[in-house]
Amino acid sequence: MNHQSALRRTPLYPLHVQLNGKLVPFAGYEMPVQYPLGVLKEHLHTRAGAGLFDVSHMGQVIVKAKSGVYADAALALEALVPIDILGLKAGRQRYGFFTNDEGGILDDLMITNRGDHLLVVVNAACKEVDLAYMQAQLTHCDVTLLEEQALIALQGPCAEAVLATLWDGASAMTFMDVRDADLCGAPCVVSRSGYSGEDGFEISVPAAKAEEVAQALLDHPECEAIGLGARDSLRLEAGLCLYGSDIDQSTTPVEASIEWAIQKSRRTGGAREGGFPGAQRILSELSNGASRRRVGLKPEGKAPVRAHAQLFADAEGQRLIGEVTSGGFGPSAEGPVAMGYLPAEHAVPGTQVFAEVRGKYLPMTVSSMPFITPTYKR
Amino acid sequence: MLKFTAEHEWLKLDGDVAAVGITQHAADQLGDLVFVELPEIGTELAKGDNAATVESVKAASDVYAPLDGEVTEVNQALVDDPSLVNSDPQGAWFFKLKLKNRADADNLLDEAAYQDLIG
Repeated sequence: MNHQSALRRTPLYPLHVQLNGKLVPFAGYEMPVQYPLGVLKEHLHTRAGAGLFDVSHMGQVIVKAKSGVYADAALALEALVPIDILGLKAGRQRYGFFTNDEGGILDDLMITNRGDHLLVVVNAACKEVDLAYMQAQLTHCDVTLLEEQALIALQGPCAEAVLATLWDGASAMTFMDVRDADLCGAPCVVSRSGYSGEDGFEISVPAAKAEEVAQALLDHPECEAIGLGARDSLRLEAGLCLYGSDIDQSTTPVEASIEWAIQKSRRTGGAREGGFPGAQRILSELSNGASRRRVGLKPEGKAPVRAHAQLFADAEGQRLIGEVTSGGFGPSAEGPVAMGYLPAEHAVPGTQVFAEVRGKYLPMTVSSMPFITPTYKR
Repeated sequence: MLKFTAEHEWLKLDGDVAAVGITQHAADQLGDLVFVELPEIGTELAKGDNAATVESVKAASDVYAPLDGEVTEVNQALVDDPSLVNSDPQGAWFFKLKLKNRADADNLLDEAAYQDLIG
């Protein structure tokens, strides 16, 4: 197992070992896929109490204009993403994506206005490429990867109560707010956001204090450590995209049904219309629709339909029309759930399609997402 | 008589009929099961054929035919409640197989040999 030696570890690695996490290679890191509780119970616990996730493998990047002016950094980044960053208020966060010249998605990310600079959080598997891209493109900005910073997600209906034991500012925040917070004497940046469909927080904490903060949160009786397995089933039920599975360079934001993230100011007729890679195609699809769409899919039977299952228009598997990009069992949905791409004419809720699973063609119904009711604190 | 395979299945032999299930070790590795699919009664299986499917939240896994034979019974209770496999793997039989050659079972692992295998 020599290749294991090349894997990186997050500042919470000792905690994962102490908690008997089952460690697997993920995006170049040794990460816990589950703890002794198991994926199913970890999933359900997150929706009932609070779950703590180590997401320190993700890339946290500071983008600061050399002028020191926020608007300069915002306008520079707007050349790479179809998002209104100039209009983002200080202390607020937005979802976005880097697009390529064909309108495909290079990565999805979270963008925060931190007053005089931007904090950008990108996917672990993309972070080196994203960093090099931003450094090359944002020539009037300093672009810095925060190497000594951990990231902890705290998700679930009890997340606010758990965080409140360390910090009195939690309850005053609403969805997508971002605040400075002192946790266990460490300067942290807390956002009210996540990847589970639940209310919750993401906490950027100095590496040296990460274990202490995580342990302090886990000391709360409602808080359990949750692995990447449940993180995936939670986000699937919430209808959220996984980069590399549901979205990639070959899918546009409109095809991926995430065009809601593109504000009016960047659309046709907006104050800063276009001006991002692939604008021609993306603006055209915003006006005229895309030929295919990412949709929710509910198997009519009990069998999970997983990623890469082929989708057919007919029960005999004669007419191939699409593919499942994520799928599995939804513990809270109490049944199998999936998402995938279908031609626009089939991408209408209620439409029946058939997925090939072990030589059979299983009926699925196109369904609206999310598969659960999110509890974001708006 | 109880026999085991290196694929982490157990066989409980009654004459030339074997009830087949998965071991505690297999159940622990798979985690909480959420879906079980069983073969049809009357299916002729060759050793190593996919006989059944079990799925956890994360992944699907195959249950193989441990020997040649014909499926004579299936345990519908596992389809209705897959968690029965996790709560009592040694009691949760998946299907019964009428063995083509009863003597083949003698070559499978006994409990001590299986315990050695999983360490």
